[in-house]
Amino acid sequence: MYALGLLSFAAVQSASAMEYPTSEVNTTGLAVTDTTVTVGQLHSITGTMAISETGSVEAERLAIEQINAMGGVLGRQIEIIQEDGASDWPTFAEKSKKLIIQDNVACVFGCWTSASRKAVLPIFEKENNMLYYPTFYEGLEASKNVVYTGQEATQQIIWGLDWAYENLGARTFYLIGSDYIWPRTSNKIARNHIERYLKQKDPKCKVVGEEYYPLGHTNFRSLINKVKLKKPDLIYSVVVGGSNVAWYKQLKAAGITSKKYNLLTISTTEDELLGIGGENAEGFYACMKYFQSQDNENNKAFVEAFKAKWGADSVIGDVTQAAYLGPWIWKAAVEKAGSFDIDKIHAAHPGIELPQAPEGYVRVHDSNQHLWSRAKVGKILKDGQFEVIAISDDLIEPDPFPKGYQ
Amino acid sequence: MGDYTAQEIYSIVVMQSFSGVSLLCIYVLMGLGLYIIFGQMGVINMAHAEFLVLGSYTMCLFSKFVTENLPALTNYYVFLAIPLSFGIAFGVGYLVEWLLISRLYKRPLDTLLATWGLSLVMQQCFRTFIGAREMSADLPEWLLGSWSASDTIDIPISGLVLLVLTIGLTGGLVLYIRKTRTGLSMRATTQNREMTGALGINTKMTDRLSFGIACGISGIAGAFFTTMASTSPSAGTNYIVDSFLVLVVGGLGSLFGLFISGAFLALISSILEFFMTGSIAKVWLYLVIFVVLMKFTRGLFSERVRS
Repeated sequence: MYALGLLSFAAVQSASAMEYPTSEVNTTGLAVTDTTVTVGQLHSITGTMAISETGSVEAERLAIEQINAMGGVLGRQIEIIQEDGASDWPTFAEKSKKLIIQDNVACVFGCWTSASRKAVLPIFEKENNMLYYPTFYEGLEASKNVVYTGQEATQQIIWGLDWAYENLGARTFYLIGSDYIWPRTSNKIARNHIERYLKQKDPKCKVVGEEYYPLGHTNFRSLINKVKLKKPDLIYSVVVGGSNVAWYKQLKAAGITSKKYNLLTISTTEDELLGIGGENAEGFYACMKYFQSQDNENNKAFVEAFKAKWGADSVIGDVTQAAYLGPWIWKAAVEKAGSFDIDKIHAAHPGIELPQAPEGYVRVHDSNQHLWSRAKVGKILKDGQFEVIAISDDLIEPDPFPKGYQ
Repeated sequence: MGDYTAQEIYSIVVMQSFSGVSLLCIYVLMGLGLYIIFGQMGVINMAHAEFLVLGSYTMCLFSKFVTENLPALTNYYVFLAIPLSFGIAFGVGYLVEWLLISRLYKRPLDTLLATWGLSLVMQQCFRTFIGAREMSADLPEWLLGSWSASDTIDIPISGLVLLVLTIGLTGGLVLYIRKTRTGLSMRATTQNREMTGALGINTKMTDRLSFGIACGISGIAGAFFTTMASTSPSAGTNYIVDSFLVLVVGGLGSLFGLFISGAFLALISSILEFFMTGSIAKVWLYLVIFVVLMKFTRGLFSERVRS
């Protein structure tokens, strides 16, 4: 029975590949054969960003393995060429050239920081290839050669602030971030929303402090005392990386816990909580589009498959899930276009739907290759997981160039 | 400050002063290991921060081991982790001195390069053998919270422990150098290596011990840093600049200078960070240091070291 099953499976597969002869589905010389298609994967495996990017590498590999088990894309098995960006932006640029020009990959899943994306962008645009980029980021970009599977800033910020206004009674806000483009842009959008829109609802709304600390900063004691003096209704945190750990541990040590203060973050996922320790941030809130604990069948299957492949201790953060969507969106686009050609999949992207995404239904936007998705608020639990306590009613439109927010 | 009551301002001043003291302790703990190695051997150890991280990892892994195998000890294992992280960092330091540093004493610039290389090797070892992701030690509940001295004053308990640890370590080190026979050999070797050797003291062994002890002390500091910062393969990059800063401002090779410069930097940054935003405070801090070093080119206190 089993052998028969495999046989018929193989038969289906080859039939599918024959429907799409290589000469027709690949007119621009990509690495596509009668039985395989080669894609690139470009993340940091070494260096300081390896901490964050490991989850994305694992998620993309899982998705590709699952797609291959279903028969591949247009009957072709996906093969991966992986390169290491080594947490160094010029290396990212060089490796993307190698993948696109030398290996002729059909698309690339990769990058994590905005800096690495900006470094490879000119190459993708010049050589006309497609990058599937997983991280939530600051927006202000919409390249036809990038599909942004994470959320741009407004999708994460505005609904979350409204939620805090309604549910936590937040009127005074203290904005805190690491000192680089994403936190600064995010807080600019947050400040604008508070001062322009929330203030119309209640004139008491205001920003009582806004501060940035260098990446890797580990001493937040003075800041914490300032927060205590200002007593904001909401601490809004966009602190990233290793600083996060110092930030939460020192908050707890100084007596700022969820019993006395509200904190909402857009930069702390299950991944960061591994380092922070759930007990140090218990009861604080995060606004994301995905939490590992989301209760739906698709997510359960995803978490189970991820743990089966990468170990029972694995945690899955927002970006990891977004990285998992990349290969599926590419597959859907290739199948819709009936071709691997970059221009054709670009044309096919608008309106692609993934009803079975772990985060829930998502759809590619008609014009900017970002995703419509629902925002969620999670409450941090002691074990480093989140309890999902609110989900936006509607899909939130991606708006990388928000009017009135710049 | 018109909007605040006198009591609020008083509370903040108390808490901010305590933050300053904590910062002083952190600076001293960061600088101690570097000070011993430079003061004793004239070697600048670029891999210093990795020994701090080694201590942090010892703490994290030991805490994992304890929570999984000996849950009864969960509340007290910290006291065992401290000698353990000293032991491991001491052992690694001892080996490093024997295999690498001892061969390069006559080539100071090469030790700079070699220890920098060592730091890269250690970082990649952490990444490969322990894992690229951040780790956290499961710290006992009593160490994490704060002590409410009054309604408005919260003093971090970890800060109090930090203070005791710093006083204990520095006191122990001073006693060791001043009162023990090996301490005497250390001082003698620092002053005149040939003469000390001629008197029958094994100067090579003295160097090896000093290097090991310096690394061990960094290990303890690192273990304690898990209570307030992250443990990841590259966490050392967060410490190395501050470690050098405190040593250079204090005057290389002076323990008293280390304290004074720690206090000076802690005072300046606590004041600046309170009245300015984070990044700008950092800029001003470096400007102040720049001016100080223009005035005192050899640091605030510089003792004679072996040339």
